[in-house]
Amino acid sequence: MGDGKNEYDEMFGGDGTVRNAYREYHNWIDAEDPAQLLKKSAEAETFFRRTGITFNVYGDSQDTERLIPFDVVPRILSSREWSRLARGIEQRVRAINAFLHDIYHRQEIIRAGRVPERLISENSAFEPKMIGVSPPGGVYTHIVGIDLVRTGDNEFFVLEDNARTPSGVSYMLENRETMLQMFPELFSKIPVQSVSDYPKALRRALARSAPSVCSGRPVIAVLTPGIHNSAYFEHSFLADQMGAELVEGHDLRVIDGRIAMRTTKGYEPIDVIYRRVDDEFLDPLNFNPDSILGVPGIMDVYRAGGITLANAPGTGIADDKAIYSYMPEIVHFYTGEAPILKNVETWRCSEPDSLAYVLDNLEHLVVKEVHGSGGYGMLIGPTASKREIARFRKLLKAKPGNYIAQPTLALSTVPILTKAGLAPRHVDLRPFVLVSPDSIDITPGGLTRVALKKGSLVVNSSQGGGTKDTWVLDD
Amino acid sequence: MLGKSAGGLYWMFRYLERSENLARLLEAGFRIALTRSTAATSEWQSVIATAGVTNGFENRHGEYNAANVVDYILRDRENTSSVRYVTEQARTNARLVRTALTREVWEATNESWMVLNQALQRPIRERDLPEVLALIKQQSTLVRGTLYGTMLRNDIYNFARLGTFIERADNTARILDVKYYVLLPSLSHIGSSLDNVQWETILRSLSANRSYRWLNGEDINPSGIADFLILDRSMPRSLAHCVQEILSNLNNLSAQYGERKPCHDCVDKIFETLDQRTIDSILASGLHEFLKNFIYGMGELSSQIEQDYRFYS
Repeated sequence: MGDGKNEYDEMFGGDGTVRNAYREYHNWIDAEDPAQLLKKSAEAETFFRRTGITFNVYGDSQDTERLIPFDVVPRILSSREWSRLARGIEQRVRAINAFLHDIYHRQEIIRAGRVPERLISENSAFEPKMIGVSPPGGVYTHIVGIDLVRTGDNEFFVLEDNARTPSGVSYMLENRETMLQMFPELFSKIPVQSVSDYPKALRRALARSAPSVCSGRPVIAVLTPGIHNSAYFEHSFLADQMGAELVEGHDLRVIDGRIAMRTTKGYEPIDVIYRRVDDEFLDPLNFNPDSILGVPGIMDVYRAGGITLANAPGTGIADDKAIYSYMPEIVHFYTGEAPILKNVETWRCSEPDSLAYVLDNLEHLVVKEVHGSGGYGMLIGPTASKREIARFRKLLKAKPGNYIAQPTLALSTVPILTKAGLAPRHVDLRPFVLVSPDSIDITPGGLTRVALKKGSLVVNSSQGGGTKDTWVLDD
Repeated sequence: MLGKSAGGLYWMFRYLERSENLARLLEAGFRIALTRSTAATSEWQSVIATAGVTNGFENRHGEYNAANVVDYILRDRENTSSVRYVTEQARTNARLVRTALTREVWEATNESWMVLNQALQRPIRERDLPEVLALIKQQSTLVRGTLYGTMLRNDIYNFARLGTFIERADNTARILDVKYYVLLPSLSHIGSSLDNVQWETILRSLSANRSYRWLNGEDINPSGIADFLILDRSMPRSLAHCVQEILSNLNNLSAQYGERKPCHDCVDKIFETLDQRTIDSILASGLHEFLKNFIYGMGELSSQIEQDYRFYS
């Protein structure tokens, strides 16, 4: 991993030739003055600061808002590469929604023996209160982000399905906005598919999922935990762009079987809530009683069909890491097709043979906690110390069902702009998907995260990763 | 519009107005300190009193001097009426109501917070003070300008303007009230020469010295000043002007919503205390009493608006 030998560079072929998708862009950047480009990079930071595109950092009193570093070199995909990805994503998202409906209703996939029963029943992301509930329009996960990594020309792997509350779409939009401001001439030279319709498409997907009690134009609101949440910028950005209200739990209450918001004219009913509050905090009467972020009784209104929640409670079961390893079976079971996108090879430590293999190969594997997120409770074998490996060996033996293991992948690289010129860095990609009762809409692009440190595979923004604009060519 | 958003807008513009008024107040105090040969302790005292932070200041500092007062008013994080604090509050409220603001208004507010945060990082040296005060006023003006130039004239706009004018009316009344002892003795000693500079401070605190001269020439006298700052509707910081604007913003709201609320009666009552009045009758019945009632009335109006338009519940 990270040795630079077997990694796929998306801009340059092994012999140093420029790949097709990058040809036009490379001609352009080759002719640019590197000093000027670096100056533009600094301008981008000012632009982000002024518009307030920041994320909040908890527990830091002085500088509580940080910028995610932005690199000016775009990540470019050809339309052919994209259409294959899009087909794979659509197939996967269709399967995820069918899976969610099934496990909260007849559970046929369990009866068919394709997914073990205890994996669902003992899973903390499974929401018993959703059993038998049919969400308006039949959609469980309206907003999905699929994390992809690339290892070769046609080698894309799904790393993770984010089916509960994927974030980052505001960065996709603002990264493009920034590029348009800084390099307008590039976009007249190179045909890049637009991403700017996303807020409109989001509004449309949410409106089409309105409950049947809604008469007329659906009233839509974004529910945020508040101004101190790390993604508050994104919440207000999306509400603003959609022309929806940005509400907090204390703005809402249950009135006559509907969810209503406190306006200057009194309480007005809402039809659809795009909620960015976790299941657990959504309703103190039905879930965590200590929560002050949610709305008491919203779950009862939901079950009675008085409101649409996007995404539905209990969708987290679909992006659970233990479920992930079954995704190829899940896709096949519900679509009857072979999966277009591959999973990363995954060993379930709950299975004795797999556990034995994992224990023998810890120094080559990444071990992840099944319910963990954000890089916590993880072992990255190749860079871990002997002590860490020994510690994980114990953890694995004590509670094998808590872990999965995967090989470390040779993530592709895309160059970033450094003082010394272009330099390759590892990237991943999160495309964004919108699901409504009658369509699945995938924005051509996504959020490319990039590890800014040489050789590093860590692209998380909380750990020093940056972002790039993602182009899908219109060729 | 959400009640919370209306409240956020209202307070955002109160805070922005407050930061500008604090800068004007300091400017006036500083001017006195420069033009006086003797120590300007009482002037600094009155700056602190006008800002309404006497207790906080005295707990923090033993002595009234330029450095202490400037630092307390501009930078002190403990002082919830410092420029730094209110700028931060204005920006926090702007984040809260961002969906109600144009990009221009949001960016101007955000940038103003960044610029002032930077400018107020370190204690302000005396020689830098004029520049910093000018910067504070300029930033507040920029935000107001973007509001003027880019926002729809709907309820959002009216709540923002209500915040501006209620804060401004309150501020002008406070300045007059703290200074009334300067005005008062000369009423009974007409013709005696009281310190002209004191009178000018009052005008200067409200950026009204030039306007006053345009209207009254060099004849600076107490009842002229009181008349100008209380009853002259053409003066944008006078009580009469502010109340007239509040009245018109509330009228717009009741027209837009097709509904009259208790706060509309509340402002009508305040309007009557100013309409058709002469400065002589106000002075005769007691300036301090009048101002005390006015400030109280503004407080009542503010909480009635909060209640009528459901800012908090």
